[in-house]
Amino acid sequence: MVSTLQAPAPGATAPAATGAHIEVGNVSHWFDLPGGALQVIDGLDLAIAPGEFVALLGPSGCGKSTLLRLVAGLEPATTGRLLHDGAPITQPDPSRIVVFQDPTLFPWRTVWDNVALGLQARGLLKTQRHRVDEALTLVGLETFANAFPHQLSGGMAQRVALARALVNDPSLLVLDEPLGKLDSLTRIAMQTELVDLWRRSGFSVLLVTHDVEEALFMAQRVVVLSERPAQIKQVLVNDLPYPRHRGDPQLAALRHQALALLGLDASW
Amino acid sequence: MSTAQHVLSPQGGPSLAPVRPAPRAGCSSTPAASPVSAGATPSRGFFPSFWWTGLAAALAWAALGALTLFWPNKPVGFSDWAYTDAFAWFALGVAALLLVTGLAPGLTARVTRRLRVAGPWLVALAAGLAVWEVFTAKLGTLPPPFFAPPQSLIEVYVTDWAKLLDSAAHSLQLLALGIGIGASTGFVVGVLIGWSRLANYWIHPVLRVLGPLPTTALLPISFYFFPSSWSTAIFLIALGTAFPVAILTWSGVASVNKNYYDVARTMGASPWFLVLRVAIPAALPQVFVGLFMGLGHAFATLVVAEMLGVKAGLGWYLTWAQGWAAYPNMYGALLVMALLFSGVITLLFLVRDRVLSWQKGIVKW
Repeated sequence: MVSTLQAPAPGATAPAATGAHIEVGNVSHWFDLPGGALQVIDGLDLAIAPGEFVALLGPSGCGKSTLLRLVAGLEPATTGRLLHDGAPITQPDPSRIVVFQDPTLFPWRTVWDNVALGLQARGLLKTQRHRVDEALTLVGLETFANAFPHQLSGGMAQRVALARALVNDPSLLVLDEPLGKLDSLTRIAMQTELVDLWRRSGFSVLLVTHDVEEALFMAQRVVVLSERPAQIKQVLVNDLPYPRHRGDPQLAALRHQALALLGLDASW
Repeated sequence: MSTAQHVLSPQGGPSLAPVRPAPRAGCSSTPAASPVSAGATPSRGFFPSFWWTGLAAALAWAALGALTLFWPNKPVGFSDWAYTDAFAWFALGVAALLLVTGLAPGLTARVTRRLRVAGPWLVALAAGLAVWEVFTAKLGTLPPPFFAPPQSLIEVYVTDWAKLLDSAAHSLQLLALGIGIGASTGFVVGVLIGWSRLANYWIHPVLRVLGPLPTTALLPISFYFFPSSWSTAIFLIALGTAFPVAILTWSGVASVNKNYYDVARTMGASPWFLVLRVAIPAALPQVFVGLFMGLGHAFATLVVAEMLGVKAGLGWYLTWAQGWAAYPNMYGALLVMALLFSGVITLLFLVRDRVLSWQKGIVKW
């Protein structure tokens, strides 16, 4: 999969020009539940540099998906500060696109129409139809333009979801366990593809995952979160150049470290 | 039950085994294999091209024609049933056509293919008509005037077609207007209460209380409030259609996957876009369920309204025929009504299949 794509020279970082600069300052968040307020995020500070690939790693239900919804602007934070290039995040914006764990393609739309969603929503479709075709080509699904979602495999559907995000030319791609439901082979292939796309386009990425290997293989920084309410336990910096090799000893060392932070190092 | 299947399955296995090589041999077309396939295919004996069900149907229709023609009608008193001979010759004609298609299916291949599916039904139809004919015209077990033989329907259609056609047209007009107004109103109301919390608060309880009220129960009141019985009927048909459409549209809109909205919102969708391009398309399958239910209400309301107030239409024709004790005319009108209503339902099926073509492969129709 890697060989088919034209990747830049090893070690080259993504161009920072189009990436978003995200600042999360002292953010806390509570859910209103029938039994009272439940705190899911506790005083979290995080910055994503333009063009950086950051992964959030944490135990299931620790609030990492909530943090992601806050960054995307889908929900307002209870307290704290969320900035996108210095401007407060108050509502969803096409420059920060979320790819969810489920592809959530619209079943009544063809693949092409699904990818066209963002442009159509902003009234740009008439003048920029070519961008839909380009996005489909980018994920290698141009021949499936007229297929309906139920005719696609899980991996193909997630690639359509990716194309639907990329067509908007986002400056921040927010990935909510996007590969969580794929089989392991497709997942490995898609990890490489995603990294490749990021390196070519230069947007910032915020990836939420509970897969340690995935986080370390893909991201430049892995933010390990605690149990709910989410706090930052530690930030693991992975300065391995791209394209990375899964068998790299540094990855193994980092993985041990991450698992230890998550309290799962007994079997190592 | 399950043990019986277990016992049967090993027996079914070996018995199928000798048949299996035949198609494979046919594909490879080796000369050695040809006797095997030749022995396997002609299970119909010496006349493999005959359509046997068609011939059986021809026989059944011929029998119907013969018994109608040669068995004298039971004297009713005033006069004999008209069109008895015509009905007999019609049956014999059908028999002749079936005989031709049965003997030479190749001649009329395109017609036969459709006819073949209906083969068993053609036999049953002839048998049913024969029973009907015997118990009414021939034996008089089902006494006139309440029961009429099949040939009396021919008389009705020949002598009264103009009035029937006019009635059907009037009914169709009422239906079209009522359903059109009702479906669109119900749809809008459904979307509104599915989307807006305020609309839901105010409209939903009203629907819950007044919706189950049969529209026919409102008929006597409505005749006072509307200038004509015609507009009353349209209002009530619309009401009957609107209720199920509104309820199901509402439930469809309310049960849309919330992630669809999140996806659209992050891509810059306006509220209008969310309603028109996300909520409504996602709810459409439910809307069609509501429409099918609404049609049932509409038909019932239409007939009752025409029987009680409207001075035209098939319902009115029914009461008119009853007034004259013209029972054959009632049967004739009922048949027209059945065809009309099933035609409307078929039309809705066609529309649904077209609009929801994306569902093919997801949902079993």
